[in-house]
Amino acid sequence: MEKLLEVKNLKTYFTLKSDRIGSRPEVVKAVNDLSFDVNKGEILGIVGESGCGKSTLGKTILKLNHKTEGEILFKGSEIFDLNDKDLKDLRRKMQMVFQDPFSSLNPRKKVGSLLAQPMQIHKLGTKEEIDAKIDEIMKEVGINPVYKGRFPHQFSGGQRQRIGIARALMLNPEFIICDEAVSALDVSIQAQVLNLLLDLHDKYKFTYIFIAHDLAVVEFISTRILVMYLGKIVETAEKKELVGNHFHPYTKALFDAFPATDPKGRDERATVLMGDVPSPINPPSGCYFHPRCPRAMDKCKLEYPPLKEVSPGHKVACWLHE
Amino acid sequence: MDKDAYSSRKLASDQNKDILLSMEDISVSFYTHRGIVKAVRNLNLQIKKGETLALVGESGCGKSVTAHTINQLVPMPPGKIESGKVIFEGRNLLDLDDKEIASLRGDRISMIFQEPMTSLNPVFRIGDQIADVFMAHHDIKKDEAMEKTVKLLELVKIPAPERRIKDYPHQLSGGMRQRAMIAMALASPEPGLLIADEPTTALDVTIQAQILRLINELKQDINMSVLLITHDMGVVAETADKVIVMYAGRKMEEADVYSLFENPSHPYTQGLLNSLPSNKKYTNATRLEAIKGTIPDLLTIGNECPFENRCPHAMTVCRESFPDKTELADGHSVWCYFVDGKGKE
Amino acid sequence: MNTEIKENTNKQSIEKNSLFKEALFQLKGNKSAIIGFIIIVGFILMAVLAPWLTPFEPNSQEISIRKTAPFVSSHILGTDDLGRDLLTRIIYGSRVSLIIGTISVGISLTFGILIGLISGYYGGWVDRIVMRFIDIMLAIPYVLLTIVIVALLGPSLVNAMIAIGVSQIPQYARVVRASVLAERENDYITAERSLGASNSELMFKSILPNSIAPIFVQATLGVGNAILSSAALSFLGLGAQPPTSEWGLMIASSREFVTSAWWIVTFPGVAVLLTVLGFNLLADGLRDVLDPRMKD
Repeated sequence: MEKLLEVKNLKTYFTLKSDRIGSRPEVVKAVNDLSFDVNKGEILGIVGESGCGKSTLGKTILKLNHKTEGEILFKGSEIFDLNDKDLKDLRRKMQMVFQDPFSSLNPRKKVGSLLAQPMQIHKLGTKEEIDAKIDEIMKEVGINPVYKGRFPHQFSGGQRQRIGIARALMLNPEFIICDEAVSALDVSIQAQVLNLLLDLHDKYKFTYIFIAHDLAVVEFISTRILVMYLGKIVETAEKKELVGNHFHPYTKALFDAFPATDPKGRDERATVLMGDVPSPINPPSGCYFHPRCPRAMDKCKLEYPPLKEVSPGHKVACWLHE
Repeated sequence: MDKDAYSSRKLASDQNKDILLSMEDISVSFYTHRGIVKAVRNLNLQIKKGETLALVGESGCGKSVTAHTINQLVPMPPGKIESGKVIFEGRNLLDLDDKEIASLRGDRISMIFQEPMTSLNPVFRIGDQIADVFMAHHDIKKDEAMEKTVKLLELVKIPAPERRIKDYPHQLSGGMRQRAMIAMALASPEPGLLIADEPTTALDVTIQAQILRLINELKQDINMSVLLITHDMGVVAETADKVIVMYAGRKMEEADVYSLFENPSHPYTQGLLNSLPSNKKYTNATRLEAIKGTIPDLLTIGNECPFENRCPHAMTVCRESFPDKTELADGHSVWCYFVDGKGKE
Repeated sequence: MNTEIKENTNKQSIEKNSLFKEALFQLKGNKSAIIGFIIIVGFILMAVLAPWLTPFEPNSQEISIRKTAPFVSSHILGTDDLGRDLLTRIIYGSRVSLIIGTISVGISLTFGILIGLISGYYGGWVDRIVMRFIDIMLAIPYVLLTIVIVALLGPSLVNAMIAIGVSQIPQYARVVRASVLAERENDYITAERSLGASNSELMFKSILPNSIAPIFVQATLGVGNAILSSAALSFLGLGAQPPTSEWGLMIASSREFVTSAWWIVTFPGVAVLLTVLGFNLLADGLRDVLDPRMKD
């Protein structure tokens, strides 16, 4: 399998400004020493609860954030080392679809000029060529091209998300990061957009990173899944392996917490995970999950477990697997 | 419609004792500068004591407006309650004046919201806010109210409540704030109805599971009724006793939770369940069975079935009028020409 | 796919209006904005059509008819202490006021937008330095600051405009910076950055058009303010110099006749009041319409 993206020991820290004189600034370790690869043509799902760093990770990969340490290699070259011109060229190949279809489209631009913008920025094509491409892409995402002259606020949420996807497609990218791309949509519209993303994947052989908090959505769309907790990878495996054979107590808790679409036997369900997600400013000692973990041992309080391969492609960071 | 109103009245007289709240033929419109939005149309519902009724539907279906009609939180203008009654313990709430409604709010009818941060006062300590509710409804002193507050926070499983009462809302996590809101709802002498408007939508799944479990336990312990507003079929499956599926201001299907999930009959209910990637049928599927199209503009909608433009079974008759109720089984009703077979000739 | 396209975009009855047109539409329903707008249009027409509106010259003196009372002769609003027609001078004065308003607001806008945009967009140390400087400027009373600048440049109408413009820059910079800070956080900025848009493209083509609404309100208020300030400066002898027909100057030079010929002081004062009121009313209306929080 060809590696499209390699992330090695990536760290992204944010320093919180403190107004109090003499107090030490607090550091949020949003992405804390992550390593993983993305293979060409796969859909890598990244799932985790709020504050786990999944969105920061997505933005860092596209160099929309700074990185503190580590490497991000796209087709073998470090994206943080590129000069402005090379970075601009790279931006053509990597695109992003955002969560909020209301704030991710410039409200003052008509759909036609929103979609023309990517090609204009990169000085591609004549006016006619851009126009033809817009028509083609709008049809592709299921919006009638006659609505080119409308403003984003004149569309429904689902249609706006389609426009956001169309904008990402304008430059024929190879790699698309979908950051909670369907979370803000109504269920029936969410299903349409998921199908659209899969249609596009089949047709253009895109590589996706699909970031979401919704395990069911990630489980449906991904070929491989990566579970994050407080800036760390806790478990990763091919989808079938992870669904059928997850090991980490947090992964299990996520699966258990997810409401089933069947009321039968709801009173006998497994115990729910207690406690809150800790703040990434001051993560617990040892394994970050140990205060909530039903199977925590003494060792878990002292040392963070390494990410170990338990079977081909299946990695877990948990002391239970020693 | 007449038949529907009649049968609901008959039902009401049979089991009048158990019914805590009933809404009869409620219609609510909003008069905007673009036209009249009929947000809720001829809606009937009943909630029994100790029961959880879920109103489920997507954005714009009128579920929140329905809930807000109960304790008169619909902004008027632009909103207007066009018709109907809200009967709560023998009184029509729509006839009450502002003062009477205000005394009912937070006493017999409490509400929790999606974002608890916006419904807690940011400049007061959690403990003081809950104690105030106690003192408003009981003739007790501050010390006693504080003691009761601590007990209540224990009940909603907030750890170290003696310390937490001194916290301000922003010092609590989202889940803890929602617990505090629930505690506040329980601070009245006799909590009757809890309206929970998307109570877990802003929370992480592991926290959502905790809150849903808490609501379920409390409901059993103190025989409280819950009106649950949600878009999430999973939340419905976990907590509801009865379910009303709404779409564009109309009731589409009504059933107890088990028969709804076992035998979803309205094409919209079916589509909604099929849209969920967690549906068991998708274990090895590559595509979801999505409902095509989008919700119609509520400004332009007439008397037709609002789901007609997206429905796989739409017929001519669906474009002409909204169907009457069809009873499939005891307590399981559906409003659909395809199901009742009337449009087929 | 084609049937789906139809389903997706049919059945929608959305008017084909831009945000701006919608705002204009709503402005029609706003009474104070309409009154303000009418006053301003009248003011502009008066300035543009001045020579055709009056048979008299603003500076032609006729001692024989000095201090003629209003409403008795062909000099409708009477004449001043040098026998000049008061209405004519007020009409020509509107030209001066219009020029002062536009130019000084133009100065504040240009620099205010630049400073606010750069400071808000880049943030960090750039922002900190610029904003401390702005804070210092804001700490000096506005009138004092204007007077100091005029005193440095020497009293004249042009210098008064510059002084008014410069002393207002901090206000604009603050307004621009605040809306840039809010706009910068939107996903569409990140989206356009991820498409490869440069900083200047983002600043001027994306952020600025979206933060224009509060600036627009501020500028409308600013014109009224500038007219008032210039009248004040001229009154103090630091702005327009005689014999220019400037409203503030007209009031100043007729102070001594307040008791004997009230109209010489009163009518220019009414002109200032009406014009400033017009701009304030329009600005209030614009604020109501453009403020997204006011929308449903």
